[in-house]
Amino acid sequence: MFVFATVTICIAMAVVLIRLFVGPTLYDRVLALNTFGTCTVLFIGVVGFLFERPDFLDIALLYALINFVGTIAVLKFFRYRRLGDSREEREMIMETPQTKQTAGDLR
Amino acid sequence: MSGIYKPLIIGLGVVSVVLCIWIVHKLRILEAQPVFGSIEPFSLIAYLFWLTKEIGKADWAVTKVILSPDIPDDQRLIAVPTRQKTDFGRMIFANSITITPGTITVETEEDRFIVHALNKAAADQESLGDMNDRVAATEWKARAGGEL
Amino acid sequence: MQSFVVDILSWACMLSGGFFLLVGALGTIRLPDFWSRLHAVSIIDSAGAGLILLGLMLQAGLTLIMVKLVIIVIFLMITGPTASHAVANAAFVSGSRPRNMVEDVTEETSVSPEAKA
Repeated sequence: MFVFATVTICIAMAVVLIRLFVGPTLYDRVLALNTFGTCTVLFIGVVGFLFERPDFLDIALLYALINFVGTIAVLKFFRYRRLGDSREEREMIMETPQTKQTAGDLR
Repeated sequence: MSGIYKPLIIGLGVVSVVLCIWIVHKLRILEAQPVFGSIEPFSLIAYLFWLTKEIGKADWAVTKVILSPDIPDDQRLIAVPTRQKTDFGRMIFANSITITPGTITVETEEDRFIVHALNKAAADQESLGDMNDRVAATEWKARAGGEL
Repeated sequence: MQSFVVDILSWACMLSGGFFLLVGALGTIRLPDFWSRLHAVSIIDSAGAGLILLGLMLQAGLTLIMVKLVIIVIFLMITGPTASHAVANAAFVSGSRPRNMVEDVTEETSVSPEAKA
């Protein structure tokens, strides 16, 4: 049973990888990356059961978290071309009127 | 989590929890609406069971679309008005729309969501309105109308 | 007897979960544009992951492992839709629109008209 699930997840991961390489736009690639991460979480869990070492589930949990944060970080980087916000950038944001409310909430 | 209950491990866990709470308090990101006061837990659990059933039905519908030989060509963007009063309720509604295959919440505005639907069956305003009412029913009535 | 029934249920969950995983992966290849691929990914996130983890839960029984599996399911169910909403919103803001749209509420406010073609 676990062997069947492992093989299925591997096929799904390979197919998603094709989309990751082919994907015409950036968003296709980010989406495929996120899906690949989800498949990896499943894969780690199932392999932990296959080898009867359920401690692997801790790694799967951690991978789920890091996958989500990584997806959001990539999207944010390509939208704003930076990852954090320094002081002068925040002041630059506050000068534009429509984002004043948002920047005010951040303080 | 690891099944080890030595005092050292437990102590390290307590220290990291306290550190996290201190950092979050210092960042002041908890001054928005209170989350757990805005929803009724038991009706939320009942809603989750209903949502699981809906996800099953929608899964099967999208599976038929993917396996059918003709490529779907009638995508649409529709506007869905929201009837929730709290931010947490709106978050649950948006996530419910997105996790149901066939519909994706694209943009959130003040009183409506812009939803992308795969085909005509997925863009059914009545089932979306049904989900909308059910999420609004799980909100805590006594407080939702008040200062929240 | 009871473990036999649990095994059968677990098999059923694994088989259907694998089926939905394959369908979702096929959808990411077959569907024509980005906006319809979002729905194929949504199948993997909800049905595939949920059913396979449910099958693992049935195998684990009421132990600490099951608690971990429940936590993983909760995390995947929260972060999966949020991530796909973030991707969709980023594409929407950047001006991308689905092709061959039947109905569009944002037509009058669209930023880049040529992206709708």
